[in-house]
Amino acid sequence: MSNNMQIRSRRNTDTSVGTGSKMTRKIMDLAAEIWKSRLSYLFIAPFYVMFVLFILIPIVAGVLLGFTYFNAIQFPTWVGWMNYQNLFSQDIIFLQHVVPNSFKFALFVGPLGYICAFFLAWLIAQLPGTLRTGYALAIYAPSLTAGIAMTVVWQVMFTGDRTGYLNSFLLKWGIIEKPVLFVQDSEFLMNVMIIVSIWASMGIGFLAILAGILNVDKQMYEAGRIDGISSRLQEIWHITVPLMKPQMMFAAIMSIVYTLKSGAIGTQLSGANPTPGYAGQLMINHIDDYGFIRYELGYASAISVVLLVVCYVLSRMFGYLFAPKEGE
Amino acid sequence: MREINNKMLQRLYWKRKEFMHAVKRFDRTQQFIVLFLTLLSVFMLLPIVYVFNHAFKPLHELFQFPPTFIVRNPTFQNFIELLSLTQSTFVPASRYMLNSIIVTFLATVGMVATGAICAYALSKHRFPGSKLIFGSIIASLLFAPETIAIPRYVVVQSLGIMNSYFGHVLPMIAMPVGVFLIKQFIDQVPNEMIEAAKMDGTTEFGIFMRIVTPMVMPAIATITILAFQNAWGNAETSTLFMQEDAMKTLPFYMSTLTSNLANSVARQGAAAAGALIMFLPSLIIFLLSQRKVISTMAHSGIK
Repeated sequence: MSNNMQIRSRRNTDTSVGTGSKMTRKIMDLAAEIWKSRLSYLFIAPFYVMFVLFILIPIVAGVLLGFTYFNAIQFPTWVGWMNYQNLFSQDIIFLQHVVPNSFKFALFVGPLGYICAFFLAWLIAQLPGTLRTGYALAIYAPSLTAGIAMTVVWQVMFTGDRTGYLNSFLLKWGIIEKPVLFVQDSEFLMNVMIIVSIWASMGIGFLAILAGILNVDKQMYEAGRIDGISSRLQEIWHITVPLMKPQMMFAAIMSIVYTLKSGAIGTQLSGANPTPGYAGQLMINHIDDYGFIRYELGYASAISVVLLVVCYVLSRMFGYLFAPKEGE
Repeated sequence: MREINNKMLQRLYWKRKEFMHAVKRFDRTQQFIVLFLTLLSVFMLLPIVYVFNHAFKPLHELFQFPPTFIVRNPTFQNFIELLSLTQSTFVPASRYMLNSIIVTFLATVGMVATGAICAYALSKHRFPGSKLIFGSIIASLLFAPETIAIPRYVVVQSLGIMNSYFGHVLPMIAMPVGVFLIKQFIDQVPNEMIEAAKMDGTTEFGIFMRIVTPMVMPAIATITILAFQNAWGNAETSTLFMQEDAMKTLPFYMSTLTSNLANSVARQGAAAAGALIMFLPSLIIFLLSQRKVISTMAHSGIK
């Protein structure tokens, strides 16, 4: 019995010494390898330092700030989960306006915009080369206007009195009897926001989908026809989409990011944050409101973290949808 | 001159003939698609056509009732007004313009140069941590910079680069989508070519400059456009990181012009002229390189 124990313990010490020396050797190897590839690190460094400074650190810092009270002047004080508790139990504006608004806006601009992008790209891909470029450009061009520059157009188009283009047009044709306050009225603001955002949403995601469709080997369609695929819809579902999953994934992520970004349009259109009657208040405006108007940076960071988590979950969902299946 | 004009007209005529010929050969579905896309394109382009016209309208046409769409007596008055307007702090608009040009140039060149060399190392070098680094870049594609504006502000503040061009340029260089797109493209460059160059004694940097870069020009053109658009239209760095008015850029100036434009009539022409100035460079650059952009996008997939 005791013999046995001794043997076992000896064996144990043996192995532990073995792993120890192995560990040090591994570390030495790694260090040697790192030193050997110092040039690679040098190549990566300029970009990655910026990346760490302005993206990684802010994300980590944002998560930490979410647990603090921070007013930009005094040093942040730790408050634990309080910001999140307040957000989900007491922030009436957030619960009554921001969440439903964001949901509605995201639903229309995200999935609907994505489906539109796919549908349009597919239509364009059915045409021969010269025409294709022209239409692709016409549909892509509005996304070049993203940002504040186009505000001037929308504001003049949707002006609330009869000098507004839309009002003037509708009055002339007798569709409405008196001018509508499109961007001031809480009833219309959201719809205007959705239309404008979809209009400008055909950006690089749309181009990626178009390129993906054009890249599908034509022989695949012929093979599909032999296998009994009869309609165009079946062709899209069984051949086109499975073959361009990676591009679909890229476009999906671009669409999520775009939806997030374009939320600021409400404040641009109505010229006020908070928007009239909180009708166009989205997560991103709520963050701006707390962060840069009220200077409650801790609370604003907590909202940002919620937004990031939502994005992450969405992208995982898309990742699951478009993951390459076994054997592809 | 006239000869050139005639030649161009002839070419246009032939193009048109070709086009009509092509349309006639289409089947029913294609004809329907052409009709539908044409209508849609017109609708999509309307606001852009409108900006073009609005920017050249003289004052009395801007506020005519009923409002007109097409300009009748085009004038440069709005552009002159835009450039001669000064803010309450006596910073002329030309200063914003100059800032914008400097910032956009530095940010675009910086992003493309650092991004391309980083993408090359990530694609063709094997070294510890490369997968982790690329993974972090892919994961960050998701994070719109807007959501992390507050901690970014803190970082910029603690680096002490507020109110300097660095405060504009450095955050704009961190554009993960650029590195991602070039890396996907460099993956297509055959390893044999790089090995062969190594045999010939070319340095790593030489391989990057003389072999890889020329082969991935389409991707480089694409991210040049993306970086340019990002920098040219970016008001965020001006609003957040610049307190001095003399350091702010054109997009910020535009936002001061357009705020509450719906309620007030002043400066509408100047704002339209500014919108045109903001839009035109992006459009021209995209037109020049659209072929390359589409071929890059074919490699944009995330697996």
